[in-house]
Amino acid sequence: MAYLDHAATTPMLPEAVQAMTAQLALTGNASSLHAAGRRARRTVEEARESLAAALGARPSEVVFTAGGTEADNLAVKGLYWARRAADPARTRVLTSPVEHHAVLDAVDWLATHEGATVEYLPVDAHGRVHPDALREAIAREPGDVALATVMWANNEIGTVMPVRELAAAAAEFGVPLHSDAVQAFGQLDVGFAGSGLAAMTVSGHKIGGPYGIGALLLGRQYAPVPLLHGGGQERHVRSGTLDVPAVAAFAVAGELAAARRADFAREVGALRDELIAGVRAAVPDAVLGGDPDPAGRLPANAHFSFPGCEGDSLLLLLDARGIECSTGSACTAGVAQPSHVVLATGTDADLARGTLRFSLGHTSTAADVAAVVDAIGPVVERARTAGLS
Amino acid sequence: MTDFPGAPDLNAPRKGLRVLAAMSGGVDSAVAAARAAEAGHDVTGVHLALSANPQSFRTGARGCCTIEDSRDARRAADVIGIPFYCWDLAERFREDVVEDFVAEYEAGRTPNPCLRCNEKIKFAALLDKALALGFDAVCTGHYATVLVNEDGTRELHRASDMAKDQSYVLGVLDDRQLAHAMFPLGDTVTTKDEIRAEAERRGLAVAKKPDSHDICFIADGDTRGFLAKRLGKADGDIVDETGAKVGTHEGAYGFTIGQRKGLRIGHPAPDGKPRYVLDISPVNNTVTVGPVEALDVAALTAIRPRWCGAAPQGPGTYTAQLRAHGGETEVTAELVGDELRVSFAEPVRGVAPGQAIVLYDGTRVVGSATIATTERARAAQAARSA
Repeated sequence: MAYLDHAATTPMLPEAVQAMTAQLALTGNASSLHAAGRRARRTVEEARESLAAALGARPSEVVFTAGGTEADNLAVKGLYWARRAADPARTRVLTSPVEHHAVLDAVDWLATHEGATVEYLPVDAHGRVHPDALREAIAREPGDVALATVMWANNEIGTVMPVRELAAAAAEFGVPLHSDAVQAFGQLDVGFAGSGLAAMTVSGHKIGGPYGIGALLLGRQYAPVPLLHGGGQERHVRSGTLDVPAVAAFAVAGELAAARRADFAREVGALRDELIAGVRAAVPDAVLGGDPDPAGRLPANAHFSFPGCEGDSLLLLLDARGIECSTGSACTAGVAQPSHVVLATGTDADLARGTLRFSLGHTSTAADVAAVVDAIGPVVERARTAGLS
Repeated sequence: MTDFPGAPDLNAPRKGLRVLAAMSGGVDSAVAAARAAEAGHDVTGVHLALSANPQSFRTGARGCCTIEDSRDARRAADVIGIPFYCWDLAERFREDVVEDFVAEYEAGRTPNPCLRCNEKIKFAALLDKALALGFDAVCTGHYATVLVNEDGTRELHRASDMAKDQSYVLGVLDDRQLAHAMFPLGDTVTTKDEIRAEAERRGLAVAKKPDSHDICFIADGDTRGFLAKRLGKADGDIVDETGAKVGTHEGAYGFTIGQRKGLRIGHPAPDGKPRYVLDISPVNNTVTVGPVEALDVAALTAIRPRWCGAAPQGPGTYTAQLRAHGGETEVTAELVGDELRVSFAEPVRGVAPGQAIVLYDGTRVVGSATIATTERARAAQAARSA
């Protein structure tokens, strides 16, 4: 088997499994005052400190959530509500058309139910938002902007956004910028303090931690309106008993992701370059999605469109050969739809139906890459015979 | 349709064919896929997404294209242990089945969308894609039997259990389609209870799922309402055989020949007997009603014939089936040019243009054609006595 879908989820690191299983055997609610509670609380706070260090943030800026989707929703909706409460004129939300659905659908919900006006910033052919586009959009009416949200790196085509420049542009007007860094963490330097961001989303299972745990890095001056009301945990921003085993394991994975990042990026980037070269040699008309400059894309990401092919045909044929990857696009009722990301980069609608995302990770090998390079030619040829239905 | 590669011998004991199992989310197709896998074939399940805007959950016992059905199919595939995908054929289905359905009603005919789906979707669009992707056959949960002759040709037969037989809706399949069709449920005498018990034994949760009925893309079962939405109201007259107006309707397309209910004629017929739809004329938007005897048909012509094997030469005697759940009737049929001319040994009732006539030789499906015109027994009598 060649597993090339690490952007969907990546195997847990043994160290994280160990940390998690050790904690699963222990009892204690981190909010309890007795010894068991204090032990749990200490584990959580140590994890918070580790994760903060890994992300260049202060411990108090780490708000644990049940994953990336929740962190995105908390940032987008919570900051919108809080900013609008402070000034009812603030109802404009600026975002990009290539965001993950956790942001896109949250923003869309604000438009439908909370009177938000959503403005999608233009992206170039690589799916990148230019800081001047953000600056221009805010400057048109700075007083009505509730927040801006632009991902750090794209989950489908791997394009890296100029987040620090975007944050600087937003800061000129005092507008908070949120960034979904779920894919970037572990591959890029995502230091929170130096980013200028108001908030940043990270997730456990994309970096070798467990599922169902994530965090919103949240500047100390921001108090988003909570999505969840209850016991007042996590700065009263995210109620709910803390998942101590998941928090502990997430922190272990986060520490390792940060410590290994430079080596990992170099090694996985070399494999990725081989994969891109091999696929292009086997299928000369394959179109590379995202930024062709390796410095402008996630080191573990390779994304292609194959003319005349249906993405789900490619997926089926590769799956039958033991190669696991993704079309990169979201599913509706299990049916792959042309990706909004690929379409937003100006790709022709028919070409957008034949996309594949190969995402590498910490278990990837040269053999995985060789398996793809060997299979892709015949697979594309066969998928073309089946055509576009 | 693309040319098919050499047909594999699907009923021979040879194993290891690559089989694409169409899985609706119902119990029949799940058991069919399980049997194919158990027989040693390399089976992949596929659920066809046929609705452009699928409902989340089933409503009642209708429809088969909800997200819940897709999930049921996926769960069955998980338990069987086969790969599973969902393919979007909604656009093809809309063009070839739904639009055809509407156009046929608009033209005063009564289409059979299930048959059309088998002809154009399951054993055309799906089969073509399957073959192109390297599969040898498409497997479905239909109750019908495929026999392979010594010379390798194939015959489609009624299911062993006549009560379950679905060969009527497969009568449109030609040689090439049949060569790549696999019906694992057809060659065993199996009641629905036994299929459910088998599903239960195999751990398939769909064992207890209600059967689907009616037309899958009309979830609420209201065909007339569906057509009214598509075609709009078109007020017209209901007349009797003499042409006298006896009522009004909101669209001639909403009626089927032989229909008795829902005519909403206020006053009774002079003879006090119930009235039936005898004729639908889309040109002047008129529905003609009359007594039940007037429905008797002595002969018909049918178009677009499709043969399972060679087209028959000269007139022949067959049994014919005229509706999905209809009985058999003796006929003489002859192919004249592209038109099939059929006369009935005994008059039959409620024959609607647009429906398929499937001809059988014993249990063997000979072919099918779409009913174009009918000759009423009374008119025939009148002509003879004149």
